[in-house]
Amino acid sequence: MRRFKDRLALWLGALCVVLAMVPLISILYEVVKNGAATINVDFLAAAPGVVGHASGGIGPAIQGTLILVGLTIVIGVPLGVLSGIYLSEFGDNPVGRVIRFLNDVLAEFPSVVIGVVVFTLIVLTFRSFSVIAGALALSIIMLPIITRSTEESLKLVPNSIRDASMALGIRRWRTTLSVVLTTAKSGVITGILLAVARVAGESAPLVFTILGSQYFFSGLNSPMDAIPLRIYRLALLPYPYAQAQGWGAALVLILMVLVVNIGVRLATKGRLYSTRSRA
Amino acid sequence: MKHPSSDGVFRYGSLVFALSVIGIIGLSMLVLVRGALPALTKFGFSFLSGTNWDAAAGFGALPYILGTLVTASIAIIIGVPISLGIAIFLAEMAPDAIRVVVSNIVELLAAVPSIIYGLWGLYVLRIFVADYIQNPIQGSFGFLPIFSGTSFGLNFLTAGLILAIMIIPTIASISREVMVSVPNSQREAAYSVGATRWEVVRMSVLSYSRSGIFGAAVLGLGRAIGETMAVTLVIGGATGASALPTSLFKPGQTMSTILVNQLSEADSGSLQLAALLGVGLVLFAIAFAINVVAQLLVSRVLKVQVGAVE
Repeated sequence: MRRFKDRLALWLGALCVVLAMVPLISILYEVVKNGAATINVDFLAAAPGVVGHASGGIGPAIQGTLILVGLTIVIGVPLGVLSGIYLSEFGDNPVGRVIRFLNDVLAEFPSVVIGVVVFTLIVLTFRSFSVIAGALALSIIMLPIITRSTEESLKLVPNSIRDASMALGIRRWRTTLSVVLTTAKSGVITGILLAVARVAGESAPLVFTILGSQYFFSGLNSPMDAIPLRIYRLALLPYPYAQAQGWGAALVLILMVLVVNIGVRLATKGRLYSTRSRA
Repeated sequence: MKHPSSDGVFRYGSLVFALSVIGIIGLSMLVLVRGALPALTKFGFSFLSGTNWDAAAGFGALPYILGTLVTASIAIIIGVPISLGIAIFLAEMAPDAIRVVVSNIVELLAAVPSIIYGLWGLYVLRIFVADYIQNPIQGSFGFLPIFSGTSFGLNFLTAGLILAIMIIPTIASISREVMVSVPNSQREAAYSVGATRWEVVRMSVLSYSRSGIFGAAVLGLGRAIGETMAVTLVIGGATGASALPTSLFKPGQTMSTILVNQLSEADSGSLQLAALLGVGLVLFAIAFAINVVAQLLVSRVLKVQVGAVE
């Protein structure tokens, strides 16, 4: 009886794994099968056609996602890395602990709420949906992720390296920036890449910040399109061509996100610290 | 007091950046309260208990608050047992090769963007729910109010199911970490009195990591409550009293989905805008409370146990 229970537990565990795999396999299968049938050069480059006509593509959306991610990196990465440096190098005190705690809370915060806040602050104030508002929202989502991964990477640098540098008379800030940060470089970059992959797939906060658009980029103060947003807009249309284009855009997005994730995992070969929980 | 050295500048300079997290959270709360104030003062408590949603009859957020709670509960009821099974399997039972492969796949599930879950939910899961869950149940038990509704598969159950799929990676991987951090002495003690592997899991591992697993589930709950786009595409988007979750197979709305559906089109200065920001404020408050509890549970457990191992 005890042997039987042991076996049963093993099989139930394996069953749970299979249950979790079925959706992933189904998602990948459907996205690849339906998406591959849609994707061609014209689809990737052209602007969306007239609604209701099976033409056009997701050119502006791809361009928009690249611009948005670029701006987000410019705003979010320096902020996050410096916050992480503070927490790792100077954060062993009550202030550091409060910041670390709230950073973890913000990292788990619903992205839709961050979108609403930026909408109220920027879009309502300047009376226009804008690329800037979208980049700001994504930066706020990215900030706590990079802060955490930077802190964890820097903490892996042994203190002996800091001591050796200080013993040479190098100042603390030079030590941190040129010695500690350089030693932890691959971990910091890994964290940044995973954060980029995460925000590139965000859609909810974009609905009320960049809004979406049929056209290519037309200035930082105007609405713009992005791949996740385009998928959402296409999913709301009742036409079969919209469904096909939605799958096509989904394939482009999932390739971007998974290539970064799998690439990072292969490059670090299991040396990866946990990106989600503080172990 | 020393001269401000370059080290001091660096230290307090980086502190300013680190403090931005507190600034963001404080500012967010302020912005939402100020924006929601017209609706909160006009409707008072009935903003939370009312079910109307139009300019004439006023705005009440109850259907959406309940919609969020119902979909998140479905997700937890389905997602937590499966996640625990995965975590136990990976932490205590699986051979190394399987462990590595499955762990990576679980992490990849977490990396798939929400909108893609939504697209898959709309075109694949919805059909599955309608054909294999909803129609058979309605065929036999359709007279029960909890199973009444339209047959398109756009309903609370589909939304809850997709949320369950989405929170499994979170709960499974954190529970696994909590279990892995249980000291081996606990397991050896049980093995030494002749326990089977499952008995070791039950007696040593699970009882030792109970509060961490609870924390992981609360974290999953937080995710389910804040999750937006996937739910928006499958929940059907009802408003007003008809969005009340009285049946599993009825179209509804959650706090996050009504924001996506209405906020960008609300007129500036209108009462509807204030009411939507009020919904945002309620969502903010619930998400904040849940995540504070979850972080306290998870980080304390992992910290104490990692400390014990070292």
